[in-house]
Amino acid sequence: MNWEVVIGLEIHAQLATKSKLFSGAAVGFGAEPNTQTTLVDLGMPGALPVFNKEALRMAVMFGHAINAEIGMTSVFARKNYFYPDLPKGYQTSQMDHPIVGIGHLDVTLEDGTTTRVGITRAHLEEDAGKSLHEDFQGMTGIDLNRSSTPLLEIVSEPDIRSAKEAVAYVKMIHSIVTYLGICDGNMAEGSMRCDINLSLRPKGQKEYGTRTEIKNVNSFRFIEKAIYTEIERQADILEDGGRIIQETRLYDPELNETRSMRSKEDANDYRYFPCPDLLPIVLTQEYVDQIKSTLPELPNQKATRFQNELNLSEYDASVLSSSRPLADYFEQANSITKDAKLTANWVMGELSKLLNQAQLDINESPVSADAFGTLLQRIKDNTINGKTAKDVLQAMWDGEGSADDIIEAKGLKQVTDTGAIEEMIQAILDANTAQVEQYRSAEADKQKKMIGFFVGQVMKASQGKANPAIVNPILAKMLKG
Amino acid sequence: MFQQNIATLAQQLRNKEISSVELTQHFLQRISQFDENLNSFITVSESQALEQAKAADAILSQGKGNNLTGIPIAHKDLFCTQGTLTTCGSKMLNNFIPPYESTVTQRLAQAGTVTLGKTNMDEFAMGSSNENSFYGAVKNPWNLDTVPGGSSGGSAAAVAAGLAIAATGTDTGGSIRQPASFCGITGLKPTYGRVSRFGMIAYASSLDQAGPMAKSAEDCAHMLQAMAGFDQNDSTCSETATDDYISNLNSPLSGLKIGLPKEYFGDGLDSNVAKIIMDAVKEFEKLGATVKEISLPNLQLSIPAYYVIAPSEASSNLSRFDGVRFGHRCENPKDLMDMYTRSRAEGFGTEVQKRIMVGTYALSEGYYDAYYLKAQRIRRLIKQDFVSALEEVDVIMGPVAPTTAFELGSKTSDPVAMYLEDIYTLSVNLAGIPAMSVPAGFSEKMPVGLQIMGNYFSEAKLLNIAHQYQQVTDWHTQTPNMAKGA
Repeated sequence: MNWEVVIGLEIHAQLATKSKLFSGAAVGFGAEPNTQTTLVDLGMPGALPVFNKEALRMAVMFGHAINAEIGMTSVFARKNYFYPDLPKGYQTSQMDHPIVGIGHLDVTLEDGTTTRVGITRAHLEEDAGKSLHEDFQGMTGIDLNRSSTPLLEIVSEPDIRSAKEAVAYVKMIHSIVTYLGICDGNMAEGSMRCDINLSLRPKGQKEYGTRTEIKNVNSFRFIEKAIYTEIERQADILEDGGRIIQETRLYDPELNETRSMRSKEDANDYRYFPCPDLLPIVLTQEYVDQIKSTLPELPNQKATRFQNELNLSEYDASVLSSSRPLADYFEQANSITKDAKLTANWVMGELSKLLNQAQLDINESPVSADAFGTLLQRIKDNTINGKTAKDVLQAMWDGEGSADDIIEAKGLKQVTDTGAIEEMIQAILDANTAQVEQYRSAEADKQKKMIGFFVGQVMKASQGKANPAIVNPILAKMLKG
Repeated sequence: MFQQNIATLAQQLRNKEISSVELTQHFLQRISQFDENLNSFITVSESQALEQAKAADAILSQGKGNNLTGIPIAHKDLFCTQGTLTTCGSKMLNNFIPPYESTVTQRLAQAGTVTLGKTNMDEFAMGSSNENSFYGAVKNPWNLDTVPGGSSGGSAAAVAAGLAIAATGTDTGGSIRQPASFCGITGLKPTYGRVSRFGMIAYASSLDQAGPMAKSAEDCAHMLQAMAGFDQNDSTCSETATDDYISNLNSPLSGLKIGLPKEYFGDGLDSNVAKIIMDAVKEFEKLGATVKEISLPNLQLSIPAYYVIAPSEASSNLSRFDGVRFGHRCENPKDLMDMYTRSRAEGFGTEVQKRIMVGTYALSEGYYDAYYLKAQRIRRLIKQDFVSALEEVDVIMGPVAPTTAFELGSKTSDPVAMYLEDIYTLSVNLAGIPAMSVPAGFSEKMPVGLQIMGNYFSEAKLLNIAHQYQQVTDWHTQTPNMAKGA
């Protein structure tokens, strides 16, 4: 049968606040267990939460970025369940009145098409601690460093129809939260995690099928693979005449399969109710507007500007705007070259190649945007040609100095003196009389092919320093005889 | 010495007629002499108290300090005290030594008070008789066969018997006022948010409020002055400025408009208690007040509303007692679920378990709207009743409880009768307004408390009214026979 996949995503983005959502404890990854905790994070009797207003500001920024309704009165609620790493026996979250209401996102896919994904809501909540099951002689260790870390849970509508769309959507959210500076986007450290709600239905059917939820998938690649795997699993069951059980599943990247964690029957009744320890958050329009005015240019806006003002192609614009550090690098280099096409080609080409080989992010590049821009400038002003520039970039990457230093030290400056070039060409023509004869007796279109031999000889003789723009017309003229 | 008020003792301390160490020793001696019968203390911190007294004497000897410096008091055992056992009256916290200090105890310590110890209470503040304590029932010093009231029964009995000059209490549905009434002392439940809840082990967070318990309104004023005020550690604590509770005590009462809610004088109110309350009201008329009948029509609804909201919050607040990080953990748990269920079954007493179950039920999917949401709507009605009434009158007066202290064990098998004990006090917590219990007479040798309820943040007014009454009556100066001598 022809199945249609229906996907809704819940993304947990850890907000980049200095301290926790309800306490002054520092937020950070990798500290000694239980060293980043206060009475509140430990769930001590009598301890009370105090709301971190920085998390509020970040949530409102996100709301603006997805064109959402901002919850002018939002309420924290308690989600009650027992778990050893949940110290209070409840998670403080938002239920009926989230800080961010209905919004949407236009997601550009690889083939250039755009699809709109509705966002149901985004709410603030605290993270739980961690249970450690190894090295405790059969007991469980509890680390509460992560307890009360602020999360923004972004819930999409079931508008996603493929793994590719899902990944493009998550990448878009990733790009927005990092642009806003409200999340470091580090998925390996769990700063962004994704729950996938997925069901199948026969194409054309209106009602949704029974869905499963795949918890805590933490990379773009795993999201894609988990979705493919789960589609296949559900399709196999349905095609054998079976039924999907509504349940929570876990994706195992090593085996590339999803496994059942708990079924709906085991599901908790979370007994949500408004948290009596925290007052409702009541916003003023002034506050909401003020935050809107601090919003940076967002990826979509930037891509549009790159197309309209810099005449970049849609593809180049979307790649270069996909991450803020990449866009910043490009724009900084471009401010020196004033040649967007050249800069875009080199950032997406040679620089990206070097970064990929070294597995570095753009903000870790050993060649700064300024240095890179200066290098490209030397192509533009004919100091070096493109081929030489690749070598210079490699030398810069290896720490040998600035583009100008390297060009100077290695004597790579292009020869643009026509007299010198004419001499060089004459010597080559004299040494290759047979080829010159052949050329002169050939037809015009054959000549075009044959001229390459002479250009190559000139470049070889000049050690690549002869400027092709000057060599080509002189060579053509001298070959004519 | 134990019969003196704070102002007199402060004067004597400043004049070096007595030292804080002598005063503290006097009370420690009285505790060892009388508390075996009363059981009002769970922990007596003798050596720590004497150290604090020495420190207070040092301050006083430099001519520094204030009215509370060197004054021995006691704390209800639900305020976290750093380094001192804090049980909340429960086996669950039989081993719990907090790593921090509550705001209330911190502020009183800052003011120079000496902490004699931690007082007995109904487990997790759930009860109206102090019979729900893992550490045994507290006895009423006026009659050892009767209850002292609850849940701050230990604090009330200790103050009434002269085992401490004053004590802290907490009031979620009457837990300061009802034991104050039963034991013949003065107690104030402040406006919700007037005193920080930080470090108070929570029963029902939207209702819990700490307040002073002492012989007189004047002593309560001294205590409240130190306790009240904004605390950044409690998001529900009010930023409204505190008043000068002491200098307001002597304002005249002429022109005071008193409202008597007819619902407070209906069926179920003991006739002797009713007469004593009306006599007290007459005293106020002599002081220049006028009296008017008013109505609080939703009074009857306060019991069901309270017994949904408070257990709902409690069921969540008490989830942290899971045997994982602190408190009681069962022996040899076979798995996680076994550890949870046995630790909690062993650690919590019957009344606490009952309320956790009621609250869990009320918050469950499918029941939430019918119980919790409906109770919240009733709560708004009750609040509105008070707001409207307090537009007509300055304060509302009535009984604190329908009867005087009842016999130990007489209501333990009848929870509804026990819950009805709180009929006159619960609505105040639901509305969040302040209220006091002031000794107003005796019925068959047992004390009767007059309740005075006022508008939000009118603590200074309430204390002023109670103080003026205490200038013309002596009910608050009586001492139970068992505590006389020494």
